[in-house]
Amino acid sequence: MRIKTRRNTPVWLIAVLPLLSIGVAFIIGAFFILWAGESPIRAYLALIKGSLGSTFAITESLSRATPLIFTGLAAAVAFRAKFWNIGAEGQLYCGAMAATLIGTGMIDLPAPIMIPMLFIAGAIAGCLILLVPVVLKTHMKVDEVVTTLLLNFVILLFVNMLLEGPWKDPMAMGWPQAARIIDNGVLPTIVAKSRLHLGIIVALLMSILMWAILRFTVWGYEIRAVGHNQQASTFYGISINKSVLMVALFSGGLAGMAGVSEVAGLKGYLTLTLSPGFGYTGIAVAMLAQLHPIGVIISAIFLAAIYVGADAMSRTIDIPNYIADILVAISLLSVLVGAMLTRYRIVWGK
Amino acid sequence: MMELFEMMLTTSLWAAVIRIATPLIFATLGELICERAGVLNLGIEGIMTIGAMAGWLWVYQGGDLWGGIVFAAIVGMIFGFIHSMLVVYLGLSQHVSGIGITLLASSISYYAYTLLIPFSTTPPKIVPFSAFEVPILSSIPVLGQALFHQSALTYLSYILVIITFFVLYKMPIGLTIRMAGENPVANEAQGINVLLIRTGAVMVGSALMAIGGAFLTMSAFDAFYFGMINGRGWICIALVIFASWRPGKAFLGAILFALFEALQVRAQLIGADVIPYQIFSMMPYFLSILAMMLVARKAAYPKALLIPFRQGDRI
Repeated sequence: MRIKTRRNTPVWLIAVLPLLSIGVAFIIGAFFILWAGESPIRAYLALIKGSLGSTFAITESLSRATPLIFTGLAAAVAFRAKFWNIGAEGQLYCGAMAATLIGTGMIDLPAPIMIPMLFIAGAIAGCLILLVPVVLKTHMKVDEVVTTLLLNFVILLFVNMLLEGPWKDPMAMGWPQAARIIDNGVLPTIVAKSRLHLGIIVALLMSILMWAILRFTVWGYEIRAVGHNQQASTFYGISINKSVLMVALFSGGLAGMAGVSEVAGLKGYLTLTLSPGFGYTGIAVAMLAQLHPIGVIISAIFLAAIYVGADAMSRTIDIPNYIADILVAISLLSVLVGAMLTRYRIVWGK
Repeated sequence: MMELFEMMLTTSLWAAVIRIATPLIFATLGELICERAGVLNLGIEGIMTIGAMAGWLWVYQGGDLWGGIVFAAIVGMIFGFIHSMLVVYLGLSQHVSGIGITLLASSISYYAYTLLIPFSTTPPKIVPFSAFEVPILSSIPVLGQALFHQSALTYLSYILVIITFFVLYKMPIGLTIRMAGENPVANEAQGINVLLIRTGAVMVGSALMAIGGAFLTMSAFDAFYFGMINGRGWICIALVIFASWRPGKAFLGAILFALFEALQVRAQLIGADVIPYQIFSMMPYFLSILAMMLVARKAAYPKALLIPFRQGDRI
């Protein structure tokens, strides 16, 4: 058995790959459901019904997909340049803190100005916190994987401190949560009687924007070049440090916007349960999309549907909703294997 | 300041330091072995989680304590095996695969725990390892009681530091492992199967990580909590870099880190009225980042770390 490089990859293979990976995840996941003593078919039907079975279910899936599109884009942009930003979770909370800081009464402007301001503030906050690992990497050669991961814990503790201290809402009956975002800052819902809000439109626009930037601009070209071959890029005259900085601005900013979208759209206020790991799931989203910004939309919706469906399923059938995390983790690993098959092929024999 | 100095001389502080350091010693040695063979294992956080869960569950279901440790180690090995299949044999991104392993192992831990343990407000408990005194050695003033009145797992961690050092530096297999991380082509020229060596190192390393996790549920505490690893795995990755991939330094690094952690916990109690406790809790993470900043410039990463090896490759 040998591994040979493919000259060109058939397009159908790239398109089918994510679906195949999720399929593999469902097959392996079936064993976990059997372990719980339930029928996988019944469980998966309940999962599909819970995520796509009604208009409400679909809007729930889409509203769960919203933060995942942002964090998925954040991971996709960074990973393209081989900058391993695993800190989207922390950057998300930074965005949420920025939105809370200026959105709970500090300024009050008409919604068409207020909402973009919140997003910009969140993006800036996400960028700024990611600048720490970036500068440590570019100037001191500190590995960004560990710094971005560790900062997640620092930021969560910081949010915790604010919520138990100065930001604690006295109206919240003792719950550690911040004051509500003022009316002009709240993202309006776009489907009646649902929680689906304006955030998803922003997320879609950002996907298209990131695609255009990566595809048509010099920045995008440099980001992709640095990811492919650092030495060649340096030779060509691309500054690695500048590209990494650029990536960080995009990646941290996008993750920060996820926080704004959750605070001002879904929850209405900042809590410690704002994100059940959207930052980490974003990595799976990006990998399933094979780091393509438009693909991120589709894979985010897919994974969100799994989470929403699993929640619904765990209410009717006695299976812990952690099954969703298992399915997502297996999809991530199997798409990784699959992606290799698009670049190489396995030749049997000599 | 005097108060701090006096505290440094108490046995209870140093006993706490050793208790905090033990899981870090196991997991740091585990990561060190993986990286020495050229494989970054970001699965560490998840493998520690599932080790903590598996070992605890074994005892909760009626098994004995050492059986639980063996079970945790085997479960850790299985995840190490999956990781090496992906990154050693298929040559996939070690970063992404590692994160995937962490997500998978921790979600399986939580799934299994929720499935098997009926919901209750107080998590069910086991009878953990009890401490026992090593004769003679435990009568050394201050440090004797701290170092040698601990659970058997802690003694195992001391022994493992010595074994790891001995194997890596004094035995042929150690040279082979280190070469797999520095210059795998030279390994192959000797007719050694690099892929097998790397897989073995990752599996052994992962077993140690899992035991590190199991120490938390079976010795430091007596129950499994969600999110109980709380970034310890990532801290160990920083410790490996801080220790410049040397077992002895890894041990000292873990102790030093644990000292700050123990002081931090005590400072929380003293300073609670003035400074929010979260500020103190952040310190371990800052400290890890600081430790990496100190050594980053001259850090001598194993040269073949992160680089997949394919049989027949020439550089």
